[in-house]
Amino acid sequence: MGKSWKFGDSISTDVIAPGRYFHLRSNLPELAKHVLEPARPEFASQVQSGDFVVAGDNFGLGSSREHAPLIIKISGIKAVLAKSFARIFYRNCINIGLPAINCNTDKIDEGDELELDMEKSVVRNKTKGTELEFPPLPPVMNRILQEGGLVAYIKMHKRMEI
Amino acid sequence: MSGKTLSEKIISEHCGREVRAGEVVIVNVDLSYVQDGTGPLTVRRMKEMGIEMAYNPKKTLFFLDHASPSPRMELSNDHELLRNFARKTGITLSDVGNGISHHNSLEKYACPGDIIVGADSHTCTNGALGAFGTGMGSTDVAAAIALGKTWMKVPETYLVEVNGKLPKGVYSKDIILHLIGTIGSNGATYKALEFTGDTITGLSTAGRSTIANMSVEAGAKAGLFSPDGQTRNFLKEMGREDVFRELKSDEDAVFEKKIQIDADDLEPLIACPHLVDNVKKIGEIGKVKVNEVFIGTSCNGRLEDLHIAASILKGKTINPDTRVIVTPASRRVYMEALKDGTIETFMEAGALVTASGCGACDGVHLGILGDGEVCLATQPRNFKGRMGDPDSFIYLGNPAVAAATALTGEISDPREVM
Repeated sequence: MGKSWKFGDSISTDVIAPGRYFHLRSNLPELAKHVLEPARPEFASQVQSGDFVVAGDNFGLGSSREHAPLIIKISGIKAVLAKSFARIFYRNCINIGLPAINCNTDKIDEGDELELDMEKSVVRNKTKGTELEFPPLPPVMNRILQEGGLVAYIKMHKRMEI
Repeated sequence: MSGKTLSEKIISEHCGREVRAGEVVIVNVDLSYVQDGTGPLTVRRMKEMGIEMAYNPKKTLFFLDHASPSPRMELSNDHELLRNFARKTGITLSDVGNGISHHNSLEKYACPGDIIVGADSHTCTNGALGAFGTGMGSTDVAAAIALGKTWMKVPETYLVEVNGKLPKGVYSKDIILHLIGTIGSNGATYKALEFTGDTITGLSTAGRSTIANMSVEAGAKAGLFSPDGQTRNFLKEMGREDVFRELKSDEDAVFEKKIQIDADDLEPLIACPHLVDNVKKIGEIGKVKVNEVFIGTSCNGRLEDLHIAASILKGKTINPDTRVIVTPASRRVYMEALKDGTIETFMEAGALVTASGCGACDGVHLGILGDGEVCLATQPRNFKGRMGDPDSFIYLGNPAVAAATALTGEISDPREVM
């Protein structure tokens, strides 16, 4: 269980992993101290392991920098829930083993206690006593996520297969 | 069975069977590349995968273009990591000063009908030549470099038909800004955009590269142009006419959506802070004073773009309260602009010209914005904090708008000075 951190629509990778910290990309723990800083400066220092990022539409638009989902993951976030995701960001999340969940986040408020059940494809909002269903991942992405991300997947299979 | 779109044709050729939009397939990748912002992670991922070699080193490229040359020791170390790995594996390194990955790719590597994956979202720029270029993250590209393959969903296509004559002061930048303003910054997520119509036929590869580049700003996976006479001319100029081939969507191909744009009706457009789809006509934005004008980089950094700006600045002096920074897209563009006097025009007008590369657009160096500063840029993005301080403001416009703005110090309509 973890609590919800709410964000709006169109949170770009420039907001998640700002370019002015470009020089920290090979030092992810340091870069993670600035995750989502322009949107919520208190986020990096107050987020707890198991919390959730909860956003509106088109989360992660912009640059392909995989450092964006990586530092969200490093900060302890269990999953990103959004109404919709930008394509590259979504793929990056799955590749690094960070669940990216499409659901109606209007039904989640800041601070709500959430529980993610990947097996049943449901987010339980413990604060409100409600359940939000989400569509299962496409099969190929589900396999990559279940096997721990694309690196683990390729180490296991030694080739690209779907 | 109906015909196929350009994307369906290219992807079918790369997976050994006839495929249609919606299918998930494994494709052979012709060209893979990374840049210095994403490449170090790619190298680490390849090491973690236990595959420290490239499937096709000659068609794998490492570009040092984002911090070029490096302004910080951390980035110098990242560059060394990439140089050493390239040396060890035979991967081709494009070192600082050679310019932006996508423009080097257009000039030297990309071929019509290729599948190209790059760890840079603007890899879709390759669509200007009729290549299916798409941006991915470091790990995806690590896999493509190691295995020569990637997986993808065959995208549905939006056909964008642009007809008519572009009015004075209006360029390909305004076509793509109009489209993004209309469909939104997620209006084409997962889709391929394919551009056609008589206006498009008249655009050079440089003009097309601006549209292809910014296709991702509408969320698109690729932005494609059918290779035609313009493509052949460009490739000939680059000494690569032999790679030209014709390729186009079938007459009866199935497009998910068709969008019509009348070029005659377009005006110079501005994408206002802090989203690329916040597009307004230049006459609608009121008085906006700027501290910096930034011309060039991966969007509008080709010779044709520099010519547009230089023709307005020639013999004039920039506003004393405005700094004007020009960043050519590639070494080739820089040298052409040197030879034909374009660089001299910029310098005489009071602008400064940087090494070719991504320059100020990525927020690393060469024009970082301070607290409250305002920039008019030809670059593809205006997200909050992109060029430095999160409380700075980025407006996007075409190269003529940039030049007119450089003269007055406030966002200005180029039609008044042309």
